[in-house]
Amino acid sequence: MDALRQAFELLFPPDKELLQILGVTLRMSFFSTTLSCLIGLPLGALIGTRQFCGKAFLKKLIHTLMGLPPVVAGLIVYTLFTHYGPFGRLHLLFTVRVMVIAQCLLIIPVVTGLTASFLEKGAKPMIETAKGMGLSRGRVLFLCLSESRASLLSVVLGAFGRSIAEVGAVSIVGGNIQWKTRVMTTAIMLETNKGRFSFALALGIILLLLAFAVNVAASWVVKEDVRDD
Amino acid sequence: MKKLLAILLAALLVLSLAACGGKTETDPSADVSQSDVLPAPENATIRLSTTTSVNDSGLLPYLLPVFEAATGYKVEVQSAGTGAAIQKAIDGNADLILVHAKASEEEFIAGGYGVERLPFMYNFFVIVGPKDDPAGIADCEDAASAFAKIRESESKFISRGDESGTHKAELKIWGENAPDAANDNWYISAGQGMGACLTMASEEQAYCLTDKATFLSMEKELDLALLLEKGEDMKNTYSLIAVNPEKIDGLNVDGAKALIDWMLSDEASALIAKYGEEQYGVALFHLLEK
Repeated sequence: MDALRQAFELLFPPDKELLQILGVTLRMSFFSTTLSCLIGLPLGALIGTRQFCGKAFLKKLIHTLMGLPPVVAGLIVYTLFTHYGPFGRLHLLFTVRVMVIAQCLLIIPVVTGLTASFLEKGAKPMIETAKGMGLSRGRVLFLCLSESRASLLSVVLGAFGRSIAEVGAVSIVGGNIQWKTRVMTTAIMLETNKGRFSFALALGIILLLLAFAVNVAASWVVKEDVRDD
Repeated sequence: MKKLLAILLAALLVLSLAACGGKTETDPSADVSQSDVLPAPENATIRLSTTTSVNDSGLLPYLLPVFEAATGYKVEVQSAGTGAAIQKAIDGNADLILVHAKASEEEFIAGGYGVERLPFMYNFFVIVGPKDDPAGIADCEDAASAFAKIRESESKFISRGDESGTHKAELKIWGENAPDAANDNWYISAGQGMGACLTMASEEQAYCLTDKATFLSMEKELDLALLLEKGEDMKNTYSLIAVNPEKIDGLNVDGAKALIDWMLSDEASALIAKYGEEQYGVALFHLLEK
């Protein structure tokens, strides 16, 4: 109850630092989701619609990576970008960019794996029709993705959900720096460590509201899109 | 075939869970054999809420087994920043606290949550930083003048920023000159534990205020030097406070008293004074004169 009141007080009028944290959170999740989908959707479509040598193994590998613990993803990216690491010279550690990279490592397998299994089930008749029409391979792939977009939306939203809720990887590579790399989840963790449990819960409520708003907006966009057809 | 495999997997999972459960249940029996010598206390579990510095530095893991073997009590240590450590006690989730933030401790007592503040040991905060010491703080008298030099040269500084005892000590040293993380780019408020902040200071080649124990335990992995210690304003006092049974119910009052008595005993004092010598060549905690 106390948490609800505090959430309300933070939002009306909006707290300056909260807005900044929400901004970083949205920016990070937007880029993580977009990049992961740009790579994961076509990759998943390829795996889902084609037959090739080593496919079964590749699928097992992807399914394993879908369970990659965020902390491990964070550690891998940290090791790569640390001062003496292979990419240390880029000075990306403790920036939003490196948080996006760590999250992509987590999310690309999820998007790829889910897209592949969606298309494997639903796309066979589609592919046969498309092939019958004499379409090129690239066109077939594009057609599959665009025809299944309603179900793929849930993949994209799942990716967004994983990104916005994730704390293990972003706290390691982002460092939870105030006014710079602090996002909602790491802010919640910090408040919990401070012992301000109900304030932490208030932030959690706001994070849920944000996720809900994004979901509503996304499904609205897709519905409009379907109606246009 | 596939179904069979699925059933097998599920069975395996259940079995492994059962095995885990079984293990924790058989654990106490091991303790019983240990406390056979002594009359086991009626309520054997003591919940100690404390800060990361005494636990992560290895002090409690070093002391408590001696206490447990001598009394038959079992101490459950929850370690967090001082803010969270105190809040857990206010929420009724601890029998006593061991923390290092005088103002918060006095507030805790004034609120009626604590019985009595018993300061018993201290150590020194130290300032660590880049080996070439760009702000030139190594010759400073105390932390306040070192901070002034860091501020003047706008050298990078990592702050805990988590309202922990160390963070509060840092803010006290800054006093009215506290930097503003929103505008002063060189001042980085990390909002993380001591270990994470030291790692960040090493990466960014920044200065950082830390307790000596945590720094020494990580020194090998860090590209940092110990630049300043033992300024009068860097003393860090630890206190024990039993939670007040008149305010909070369900406490293990006898257990808390037993642990406090033991921690203040000559036996524990001797152990505390020795701690760190073997591993680091210096004692990490010093006893307050009684």
